[in-house]
Amino acid sequence: MAMTEQRVSYTLDSSLETIDSAEEKATRIATELGFGDDEIMQISMAVREGAVNAVLHGNAYAPDKKVTLAFERAGGNLIITIADQGKGMDLSKIPNPLAPENLLKTSGRGIFLMRSFMDVVEIRPTQTGTELKLVKRVHGPTADRKEASQ
Amino acid sequence: MKVSTRQVDGITIVDCSGRITLGEGSVTLRDTVRDLLAKGNKKIVLNLQDVNYIDSSGIGELVSAFTTTKNQGGELKLLNLTKKVNDLLQITKLYTVFDVKDDEASAVSSFK
Repeated sequence: MAMTEQRVSYTLDSSLETIDSAEEKATRIATELGFGDDEIMQISMAVREGAVNAVLHGNAYAPDKKVTLAFERAGGNLIITIADQGKGMDLSKIPNPLAPENLLKTSGRGIFLMRSFMDVVEIRPTQTGTELKLVKRVHGPTADRKEASQ
Repeated sequence: MKVSTRQVDGITIVDCSGRITLGEGSVTLRDTVRDLLAKGNKKIVLNLQDVNYIDSSGIGELVSAFTTTKNQGGELKLLNLTKKVNDLLQITKLYTVFDVKDDEASAVSSFK
């Protein structure tokens, strides 16, 4: 996505390759937007975790189901949406991975990591599956100028 | 992800490099630890010096390696964490679960 564009979206298969591809796209776009190294890692990892959820837990690798990944720059935010066509998830059933009794569980940290790394994480059901929205505030030169003028 | 193993004073050092992520990386780590335990090598150090990326699946695989080794009467320790991996273990509160070492000599001697 060139930074002159405001939004770009991809329709991807429910495969392991999609997870790597989503991460690569996030890394490239975050770099182009001027995020720092730590923020780029956070964004790319959050997108990777979101893609894992969509491919594994949402679409369950079903070849006839797709993952839609979109990046949008709106105002001072990078908004990323990842939609699957799965059965949906009940957030109340996801245990707190930091609770002592859950520390040694081998899964269940994906959403926690997304929430740790992004400014906003929203998960909502859609008519066809689940949509994950991730927001990271842009702290590049444009944002700095905007803040300085206020 | 690539791994190679070596023995130092009866301790198995597993030198890992690359990414521990869903798919090949996690499977490689799982298979390596299982093979070591099956051969009776129950004192294991995972040298993560050249591991530059771990996702939640990779974290889960580290936990699995730790508990599997412990359940078989062994010990598994981590060595030379990169800042990224260190930060991940901190925010997931796993830093206090794992025995993390900064240099190989102290990691090896800590088993005695």
